Amino acid sequence: MSQSTTLPPSTPTAHSASRRSFGPATALVCRECGERYELGARYACDQCFGPLEVSYDFGAVTRAQIEAGPGSIWRYAPLLPVPADAADRPTDLAPGWTRLHRADQLAAALGMRSLWVKDDSGNPTHSFKDRVVAVALTAAHTLGLTTVACASTGNLAGAVAAAATRAGLKSVVLIPDDLEDGKVVTAAVYGGTLIAIEGNYDDVNRLCSEVAFEHEDWGFVNVTLRPFYAEGSKTVGYEVAEQLGWRLPEQVVAPIASGSLLTKVDKAWRELGALGLVETSPYKVFGAQATGCSPVSQAFAAGHDIVRPVKPDTIAKSLAIGNPADGPYALDVVRRTGGAVADVSDDEVVDGIRLLASTEGIFAETAGGVTVAVLRKLLAEGRLDPEAETVILNTGDGLKTLDAVSPVVGPTATIRPTLDAFREVGLA
Amino acid sequence: MSVTVRIPTILRTYTGGAAEVAVEGGTLSEVIAALDAAHPGIAPRVLDDTGKLRRFVNVYVGDEDVRFAEGLDTPTPAGSSVSVIPAVAGG
Repeated sequence: MSQSTTLPPSTPTAHSASRRSFGPATALVCRECGERYELGARYACDQCFGPLEVSYDFGAVTRAQIEAGPGSIWRYAPLLPVPADAADRPTDLAPGWTRLHRADQLAAALGMRSLWVKDDSGNPTHSFKDRVVAVALTAAHTLGLTTVACASTGNLAGAVAAAATRAGLKSVVLIPDDLEDGKVVTAAVYGGTLIAIEGNYDDVNRLCSEVAFEHEDWGFVNVTLRPFYAEGSKTVGYEVAEQLGWRLPEQVVAPIASGSLLTKVDKAWRELGALGLVETSPYKVFGAQATGCSPVSQAFAAGHDIVRPVKPDTIAKSLAIGNPADGPYALDVVRRTGGAVADVSDDEVVDGIRLLASTEGIFAETAGGVTVAVLRKLLAEGRLDPEAETVILNTGDGLKTLDAVSPVVGPTATIRPTLDAFREVGLA
Repeated sequence: MSVTVRIPTILRTYTGGAAEVAVEGGTLSEVIAALDAAHPGIAPRVLDDTGKLRRFVNVYVGDEDVRFAEGLDTPTPAGSSVSVIPAVAGG
């Protein structure tokens, strides 16, 4: 492990920028071996291939300072690898500051005392991906990159295409060719280049990584800019804490695709505690996967630290990452906090979507259905405490995954336009 | 049996900047050994202290992730392509 104070450059050809452009961020640090690197467009450690993560020197940050900020993720700019004036940049779609919905009826249905839904379907392109893209594109702007790219399971595609066009950047988005129509259309409508790949997300991700080797002048938001991108997910955790009145819940249930969101919510809460912005209190982190793509859940059940890749087969396509790079870290967080990871069948996913919709009026995409179904399963198994205050994360909008529920919901009746016909169905 | 190995950016300092190199080897293990003989220092970057693939390295022979095949014992037929890619996922 290097303890040198002079950091190696990002790469001989990679873009880098002055440290001040990244606000409180100080370096990129390997999560495996601790090697430190200059802030820039890089994501893997030269020594061990471990993923790089942003480290910080926050200085003093106050609640009042944050509360005086804009109603978006940029209120947390002092806690992100962005300049203080990030909200004024052309990349701004003002994502975040989504509602924390008190879910009393869902809580009652499940026999819980206190339940909240952090509803990120309210973001500009209707998923939590707007948060990570905003931070990644701010880094791209700082680094002088004019084309941004990504591999996507769907939600990221739209988030990148929309934010790029808003920022005047070119976008190149790679998606699996079997995505839901709703996700294809809501990515394509913004313009930019959208390429469907004949394969699953892991195939797309591999290709994206190889393209990244050849286009160092592009910013691959979830590859070369991943350390910055991933930090955007912390804002989910910051918002939950602030919206609860600057305190932490006792339990949280998060969907797991790559595992990044879950780990960043935990990171956010630890940071808030360390900075004295919330009282440090114990919480348990739970992870949710679909059985058809449950490598982290399988590793948790088996007691393994290593996540063995799987080939995905589930309707929860936004979670269909068979080789989740942050899976080991998600396991670490869940085990450290005393939580659990569980998985549910596709039928249970659909039931979860319908339960949330019918109790709270929130139409979640399949990932949200996974989360609700896993919440119910963990309660039934006695692994999640119904008396403890709980937050579940809904990461996207059901309008993007209509195919999942359209076979099982529809009109109560179809009738002729007459009063007699209305009476015949028993409603009058 | 000549095999083409695609080199990720972070290992190109070992290959003089080359993005692809050709080596001999009938299995992935032999390919990595040949790669290290030609470009000393690469093997310890890809393998851990016990000689296994590091957990954040993805290696493909053709289109197949070797974790779904036979790991370091995965055959590398003549003319095949080996890709070494840092693990990264999330989208």
